[in-house]
Amino acid sequence: MSFLDQDEKVLELAEKIELVYSPIADAKDFPENVDITLVEGAVGNEEQLDLLKKIRKNTKILVAFGDCAVHGNVTALRNCLNNGSEKVLERAYVENTTFNKTIPTQTPRLLRKALALNEVVKVDFYLPGCPPSADLINYVLNELLEGRTPILEDKFKYG
Amino acid sequence: MVSEIVINPVTRIEGHGKITIYLDENGTVREARFHVTDFRGFEKICEGRPFYEMPGITSRICGICPVSHLLASAKACDELVAVEIPRAAELLRRLMHMGQIIQSHALSFFYLSSPDFLLGMDSKPSKRNILGLLEKYPEIAKQGVWLRKFGQKIIETLSGRRIHSSDWIVPGGVRTPLSREGAEKILADIPKALETALNAVELFRKTMDSFKSEMKDFGDFPTYYMSLVTKDGGLEHYDGKIRILSPEGKVVADQLNPSKYFEYIGEAVEEWSYMKFPYLKSIGYPEGAYRVGPLARLNNVSHCRTKVADELLKEFKKLGRNGIVQNTFMYHYARLIEIVFCIEKARELLEDPEILDTNTQAKASLNRREAVGVVEAPRGTLFHHYKVDEQGRIVWVNLIIATVNNNIAFNKAVTQVAKKYVEGKRLSEGILNRVEAVVRALDPCLSCATHAIGEMPMKIQLYDHSGKLLDEAARG
Repeated sequence: MSFLDQDEKVLELAEKIELVYSPIADAKDFPENVDITLVEGAVGNEEQLDLLKKIRKNTKILVAFGDCAVHGNVTALRNCLNNGSEKVLERAYVENTTFNKTIPTQTPRLLRKALALNEVVKVDFYLPGCPPSADLINYVLNELLEGRTPILEDKFKYG
Repeated sequence: MVSEIVINPVTRIEGHGKITIYLDENGTVREARFHVTDFRGFEKICEGRPFYEMPGITSRICGICPVSHLLASAKACDELVAVEIPRAAELLRRLMHMGQIIQSHALSFFYLSSPDFLLGMDSKPSKRNILGLLEKYPEIAKQGVWLRKFGQKIIETLSGRRIHSSDWIVPGGVRTPLSREGAEKILADIPKALETALNAVELFRKTMDSFKSEMKDFGDFPTYYMSLVTKDGGLEHYDGKIRILSPEGKVVADQLNPSKYFEYIGEAVEEWSYMKFPYLKSIGYPEGAYRVGPLARLNNVSHCRTKVADELLKEFKKLGRNGIVQNTFMYHYARLIEIVFCIEKARELLEDPEILDTNTQAKASLNRREAVGVVEAPRGTLFHHYKVDEQGRIVWVNLIIATVNNNIAFNKAVTQVAKKYVEGKRLSEGILNRVEAVVRALDPCLSCATHAIGEMPMKIQLYDHSGKLLDEAARG
């Protein structure tokens, strides 16, 4: 959403890029030979783990986008619980349920811990913030598109 | 030989989901399912945190409607400390809520759904998005971007940031008052906002005419409806009591206490989805299916309480039988009418002199051990229920998220559209897009729904009756 908070600047950006895979576009498979991918969210389940590996394989520059991707953030709170992945499921689908108390099984399995991206793959750039500000997103993307290294010092904050 | 078609991931929605279409021996559709495939577990991970952190933590459930979570959570916290918040604080919270509904509805209509009806259900998938819209209809795309920005700017003016304003909405009220300049800045944009929203209404009316023949199988079915309403049955998003409407359009329950939701709403689980299935306890599962959100709210109310929106509501109600509109496609229309309402309401709030009052927070410590906070989020009724220990640490949480209330309806809707369009074993891309489009009309927020991670797109699979995978939608 913060990406869209660039407002009219998204439209300017549109002239410089080809959008090949995104929640707001209709591609179903992650394509090959992608220049830049922004990956948000921590890695919480097996499906995401596979997708992230595929993204890494097919992408030149991978950016960890937002605090969850950078260090796990709120998503990783479950890592503080002993057996966290089982306990969160138990609470939602057994304790807080009135009919057919059962943990879904035909769904992607949760990983034992929620992982930051760099615990799984090599990350080229980190864009912190919850969410990163629209100005910062715009700056980083434009620098990367110009082939420069974005300097984040004094420009960002966590949270 | 049963077959199954899988659409994975479903795109242009918020969150990660897929659709499976099951076929019988003759290759006709038996059933379709909408699965949500991710889960984070907020109901457990918040345990041990001080209650006053809850607005900040739970607003991270979602980047589209964080204000809803902030409000529901802060209302629960107001209850825990047992204070009545200052009137200025309530006005300011309401104003931020209006800003959020405007931006969320504008996102749903312009960014996510309008490419389907403006560019066409069968148009090229690589262009069927907001950027494709910008190429073909730059004026409409720019209006959409501007309207969303208008909503976000209300939030930013109040709290200093657009997403996760969690240090502004706090237990007991809001952290800082609104400046006169801030109020005037928002007021100055209201005429343009209203004009833009009314243009969108006009645009949608034209779309409706060209979409008439497809519309009758676009998730048109009876269900119950639930929403908050005012004492006299008017449109309400921040406070109010619960009303439930029968599939025939009769009020079957009214002015129910939202804090006692567990007396009338049950939650069921199916093994194939992380999204739970709430139902009306008195009717049972799954017959007690109900819908929430813009369509439910407009069906439930007798009036909106603002001038232009009330005129639109009258026209809207004529589209249904007994004054209730059951077609899922009409969620779009209801959403646009709500945008108009929110803009008018924002002006009304800003014209109240008390909104500039500088007393905006009542301070108190823990006085209760259990509380429920409820609001109408853009997508429907949102419940936050907390229990705390004697030191105010969270010991138990239950959340019923707006989108989740619609879960049975999602499955009915995709089944109806699939039955109409899917035949045999091979699918065209445009057909699958129609199945997705009905999901988009209900505007799910799946990160919210299962308190799941991030925003990722969604997938359709076609299986035959023996469980053999026949086809999978893979665009790109």
